[in-house]
Amino acid sequence: MTSESMMSTEFWRNGPSPGSVYNFPGPGQTAMQNQSQIGAAKRTLAPTVTGTSVLGIKFNGGVVIAADMLGSYGLSARYRNLSRVMKVNDSTIIGCGGDYADFQYLQSVIEQRVIDEECLNDGLATHQRGLYSWMTRILYNRRSQFNPLWNVFLVGGLQDGEPFLGFVDKIGVADESPTICTGYGAYIANPLLREAYENNPNMTLEEAQKQIERCMKILYYRDARSINKYEVAIVTKDGCIVKPPVQPETNWEIAHLIKGYE
Amino acid sequence: MSSIGTGYDLSASQFSPDGRVFQVEYALKAVENSGTAIGIQGKDGVVFGVEKLVTSKLYEAGANKRIFNIDRHIGMAVAGLLADARSIVETSRDEASNYRSNYGSPIPLRHLVDRVAMYVHAHTLYSSVRPFGVSAILGSYDQQDGPQMYLIDPSGVSWGYYGCATGKARQAAKTEIEKLKMKDMPIVDLVKEVAKIIYIVHDEVKDKNFELELSWVGEMTGGKHEFVPKNVYAEAEKFAKEALEESDDSDEEDL
Repeated sequence: MTSESMMSTEFWRNGPSPGSVYNFPGPGQTAMQNQSQIGAAKRTLAPTVTGTSVLGIKFNGGVVIAADMLGSYGLSARYRNLSRVMKVNDSTIIGCGGDYADFQYLQSVIEQRVIDEECLNDGLATHQRGLYSWMTRILYNRRSQFNPLWNVFLVGGLQDGEPFLGFVDKIGVADESPTICTGYGAYIANPLLREAYENNPNMTLEEAQKQIERCMKILYYRDARSINKYEVAIVTKDGCIVKPPVQPETNWEIAHLIKGYE
Repeated sequence: MSSIGTGYDLSASQFSPDGRVFQVEYALKAVENSGTAIGIQGKDGVVFGVEKLVTSKLYEAGANKRIFNIDRHIGMAVAGLLADARSIVETSRDEASNYRSNYGSPIPLRHLVDRVAMYVHAHTLYSSVRPFGVSAILGSYDQQDGPQMYLIDPSGVSWGYYGCATGKARQAAKTEIEKLKMKDMPIVDLVKEVAKIIYIVHDEVKDKNFELELSWVGEMTGGKHEFVPKNVYAEAEKFAKEALEESDDSDEEDL
């Protein structure tokens, strides 16, 4: 029996044609959701495994970028040893917050770019400004296709002796500043770093590292999506290094004084 | 050449009655006209040497190099038509990059060689293409498999070697290489021998000017293929020139 003869009643107006899926009416129906109901979802529009804050600060003769090593799966502390900073070449480092899979994807793209560059063997390498500019284009292009890379990146480096620190986020917003913190750190750590930088714009590496350690500790106390283990990447005129993970001492003695949040 | 005028050499997809593919043999001829390229596999790495003939004094120094990086860990020295070689280099780089993106690790040399050799071989099968006038030596080093080296022919055949030579003076070069106990030699010593061999086999009468190219990949380069540093190059070149002068002197004594 054809649907034509069965469904010529009032009830079945605007119903699905035979063999297709019925779309329930009501709010929350976007074109994207309709699309994803048929077959596999085609785009990632939400992060899965995520990293929290990334901190970056310039010092006299270089840049430090730090990020803790937690990969959160929603609220769950799923992976506790993820590296979120990366050495790109001898003059460039990046740090990443947000979706870890998207970071790994961009990491592999960047690595291949570096290899292609090394293959040419012309003594030239993309410096952080070039990489940074390129990353802003990638991220902006992806958000324009409604398929963003769900990340915030910090790019640090040294070009012609000048320290550089910039950030790009998932929609392609980009900015440069002597101190940058992303995520929860934007609220908690950035004012501290900014103050420290304004008081002492010509920090030594040690001073900058001290500030980073202080902020990472404070973030660990306050940010529920953080972990007591972080990595620091440093770029100076002698090159870049990602230092082995550090686990700072913490002190919870006054924790019992905080009440009312149970 | 027996093939000319027989009509069997017009296409790479046709055999001659005695079972040869003349287009491939012409490609080999193109390789024979090129400056010599050699590769030697030592105990801790591979060294490449190329005699790059410079046909005019008007060229810039260091132009048109004949040793290439394929990936971080793989180098390629070529003899033959340079433009063809660059095409193969590009294909090889693509294969290496492709492997890396699929498997997340650097391509093992034997896999790369297999793939590139198949690509070269495919150009000996169709009437619409001509074979590559190139023979390429590929070398690599990694902790697990140690040093490795292969040579790919215009026919698409590939062999693993301890020492190999291709180009104009490959016979003389092979004779020199055979004198070495390369399996026990570190690449720091081999690089001098390689330079020496290139200087020995260079024909001063027919080809006046040449540039020596030296590269290596091994344990001491951290598994990275790179041109040898300036001081190593200078030392190797000095060693080669001195060895050449000595042999000239002893030749004169013999007379």
